[in-house]
Amino acid sequence: MQLDQQLIWILGGIIGLLALSSTITFFLKRRPGGPNKVVANLDARVKAWWAMVAVFGVALATGGLGSVILFGLLSFFALREFITLTPTRAGDHRTLFWAFFIITPLQYYLVAMEWYGLFSILIPVYAFIFVPTRSALAGDSEHFLERTAKIQWALMVCVYCVSHVPALLTLKIKGYEGQNAKLLLFFVIVVQISDVLQYVWGKLLGKRAIVPTISPNKTVEGFWGGILSATAVGAGLWWATPFTWWQAALFAFLLTLMGFFGGLVMSAIKRDRGVKDYGTMIEGHGGVMDRIDSLCFAAPVFFHLVRYIFT
Amino acid sequence: MKDFVAWLVRVVCGVRLLPAEALPAGPAIFFANHSSHLDFVAIWAALPATVRARTRPVAGRDYWEKTKLRRRIAEGFFNAVLIERQRVTVANNPLAAMTAALAAGDSLIVFPEGTRSPDGAIQEFKSGLHHLARAQPGIALIPVYLQNLSRILPKGESLPVPLLGSLSVGPALALAEGEDKAAFLARARAAVQQLAA
Repeated sequence: MQLDQQLIWILGGIIGLLALSSTITFFLKRRPGGPNKVVANLDARVKAWWAMVAVFGVALATGGLGSVILFGLLSFFALREFITLTPTRAGDHRTLFWAFFIITPLQYYLVAMEWYGLFSILIPVYAFIFVPTRSALAGDSEHFLERTAKIQWALMVCVYCVSHVPALLTLKIKGYEGQNAKLLLFFVIVVQISDVLQYVWGKLLGKRAIVPTISPNKTVEGFWGGILSATAVGAGLWWATPFTWWQAALFAFLLTLMGFFGGLVMSAIKRDRGVKDYGTMIEGHGGVMDRIDSLCFAAPVFFHLVRYIFT
Repeated sequence: MKDFVAWLVRVVCGVRLLPAEALPAGPAIFFANHSSHLDFVAIWAALPATVRARTRPVAGRDYWEKTKLRRRIAEGFFNAVLIERQRVTVANNPLAAMTAALAAGDSLIVFPEGTRSPDGAIQEFKSGLHHLARAQPGIALIPVYLQNLSRILPKGESLPVPLLGSLSVGPALALAEGEDKAAFLARARAAVQQLAA
């Protein structure tokens, strides 16, 4: 990665934004009226954001390999949370061992060695065949289709989809060589800021829930406020991307939509399993999966569109 | 070293360290459901370091004395109380070893089902817990429920899958005045089962 001027501006912007958030929560905490649950959660979230940005910054600074390792670990932890939540049986034990210790590392190894051909089919084709075969060999037919579908789905969402984020670094875009770290930052910033802005707009103006049975916190007002303002942020970052300003706006709009869909689907799974969060690893946010749910659907769509149009 | 192993076990099993306030000050008997080899290790690792140092898991001599390595792990590292499960005589009465440990001020980890459950369901409790409660009246009997450990390392498997386990501790029980064995064992089992919900 070359440390160009634009990259420094983006990172500076993120740090500035976090500093502003920390200042605001600092004054909110000092407000008279005692401790407040929403403010306490906000405080925990902002603190966790500092930590997440620091980890992400270090990964980016070490170049492609650092990002591959970081997202590989995120996939591993997300898969752990996901499989913990979905009942499997003893007959799936060996299959799960493969999923965690062979398929997941292999997928990221393929990203690191930039073998696009196998990277894009390892899980949809080969894991799809391997998972039911290994479980069938274990000889337990109880709920077989259900168990197989769960494991395959977990691999698709937690590993396959997420691996498209560091894969952005492997795209060969004319006139943008050696600058892909900024593309990755653009992607992560737009999707994550959209989450944050939907939350903020929802808390400020939110009234009508979009799908009350699945996520009462996702409101029409929060949705439009978040999506439009995040699209504006994305458009405003066009100078760091290979896109023109209107292309950046279109991509940002699409990313925020995909982010919303991802978050909604992961919420539906949580509802089905009767839990509020996937885990407890990140203070204020829940588990790893709660933080990266919006990246899951957005990553492969963004990767393939950019690959199709710009390479 | 032991603190590091305990930390590592907590990381692998996803089990969290129990706060010292959640446990009684004196010696206690922790009794739990049993479905994995990881069970006693997980409880041991979840206990606060000071409690852990004075807590001894109770395990079957037939299994843990089979090889030198197993014996060293059980006796050397975990300071386990190894008891006879098959040919019990007056000379090797398992109760004597356990009550001796309690009398010395140590706590015990026991699995009243006697062996690992094949499917994760809690089996009937064997009478040992009742004998212990009678031999040491007033001792705190603490129900512990372990979740998901059988999915991390099921019976018959040697490689773990890194799922998130959890451990819950209930309020201490005591043997009631005149309570008969069957009623007490049913009550103890229900206390563990209740933590599963």
